[in-house]
Amino acid sequence: MTSDRPLLNVQNVSHYYGDRAGCLDVSVDLWPGEIIGIVGESGSGKTTLLNCLSARLQPTAGRIFYDQRHRGLVDLYALSEAERRFLIRTDWGMVHQNPRDGLRLGVTAGANIGERLMAVGERHYGQIRDKALDWLGRVEIDTARIDDLPQTFSGGMQQRLQIARNLVTGPRLVFMDEPTGGLDVSVQARLLDLLRGLVTRLHLSVVLVTHDLAVVRLLAHRLMVMQRGRVVESGLTDQVLDDPQHRYTQLLVSSVLQA
Amino acid sequence: MSEPSDTAGYNFAYLDEQTKRMIRRAILKAVAIPGYQVPFGGREMPMPHGWGTGGIQVTASIIGRDDTLKVIDQGADDTTNAVSIRSFFAKTTGVATTARTEEASVIQTRHRFPEKPLRADQILVFQVPIPEPLRWLEPRESETRKMHALGEYGIMHVRLYEDIALLGRIATAYDYPVRVNDRYIMRPSPIPKFDNPKLDNNPALLLFGAGREKRIYAVPPFTKVKSLDFDDHPFEVQTWDHACTLCGARDSFLDEIVTDDLGTRMYACSDTDYCADRREAAPQTVDASEAAE
Repeated sequence: MTSDRPLLNVQNVSHYYGDRAGCLDVSVDLWPGEIIGIVGESGSGKTTLLNCLSARLQPTAGRIFYDQRHRGLVDLYALSEAERRFLIRTDWGMVHQNPRDGLRLGVTAGANIGERLMAVGERHYGQIRDKALDWLGRVEIDTARIDDLPQTFSGGMQQRLQIARNLVTGPRLVFMDEPTGGLDVSVQARLLDLLRGLVTRLHLSVVLVTHDLAVVRLLAHRLMVMQRGRVVESGLTDQVLDDPQHRYTQLLVSSVLQA
Repeated sequence: MSEPSDTAGYNFAYLDEQTKRMIRRAILKAVAIPGYQVPFGGREMPMPHGWGTGGIQVTASIIGRDDTLKVIDQGADDTTNAVSIRSFFAKTTGVATTARTEEASVIQTRHRFPEKPLRADQILVFQVPIPEPLRWLEPRESETRKMHALGEYGIMHVRLYEDIALLGRIATAYDYPVRVNDRYIMRPSPIPKFDNPKLDNNPALLLFGAGREKRIYAVPPFTKVKSLDFDDHPFEVQTWDHACTLCGARDSFLDEIVTDDLGTRMYACSDTDYCADRREAAPQTVDASEAAE
């Protein structure tokens, strides 16, 4: 894959809720195959920024460009709503913290995975079924459970199903909001392992929002630390975590409980 | 503007003239955009929602003094709902009523499409309980409208997928979703899917009225209507191993009727007019032995 230009180019993005800033003057480039972690405490603007980047919240100021297939750089918020929604459901993925937000709990696991395929025009039941089975295997869910409702799945399985549902159309960019939140540590470790494998194999770019520094250390290439809406420090993950420069980052790193 | 009433105290066809004009505007828009649900200011009718108030308002807005009205419920002219609506219009308009499909100019129907072919000078009015085909999968009205506007219909196939995955075939047997004029997805009201092929390229104007949800939509004459399906699970209609016990028809939609406590069954056309005509034309086509098979 050529990487002479970034996949996502973010220029001075700010978002205000009334006169209160959600995120302030954020600029960043995301390159193909790169994973960027965004960390910070609750209320620091991580999710606001994620929503702006994932075309779900129009920023008050600033511009975001995306390198669309066969089209080149496009201004996300200059696209028509139809184009934007098409982009979101084909070229992008979104993994929510709570699987309830990302899954259809009332329909079977197979239909959850197949939905995106049907949304882009797949009309052959057998092929949809085969792809769903293939993806259940790839995210380590027993294929015999293809016709079970996600409600009957454990938290970790729901999260893996959510990942399969997002990756089935072969997206290039995936947004993740606390993908391991609420899972116990052994399940977390398995999920992280799985994610790391998938991301490398599929050459995905990921924007990963979390407050868990262990997760970004494992997954992210680069790290942005946010406080009160601003990016206070950014750099290579290991560099930022091992040698934090900003006072807030130092506080954050030293606050992690050692097991 | 107001026409003289046939029964003291009522305007012609019950609704006032301004309401009828408003509904006619909605109907014109619905005809112009086949399959699109047009909101209208639904009125309270002298009967509860669920009794066909949407269809009645549409019929009241299009009916004229020269029309002949037929009303069917599940194909039959003599059920409570059909009799009540027919007598309602007989009382408030004084128009002629009939049970014969070919004599009617306006047919109001619940849950069936008449077996006899319709002509270009006829209008079929459907009573619709839930007009929104996406409702089962998306509860937000703001979102479903957006999905219609942008043509995002992949989700409709999720429902059919679920049928095949859990039951081995597309088990949706009535209110089977269709795509109208290659654009809007539409609920054809709870008609059996047996009737879906009749929607396609029909010479008659098909109007759909939903009273509780206050929506009107239409399929204009000679419009393409395609039932949704998968390439490897094509759309199919119901078939029966039996003929109608009364008239011997094998091409009509049959009701299964349990006739005693021992579970004895008979099959009869749900379209009573079609069945009666066949019996008149060729009495005793079926002997008792075949009927009891």
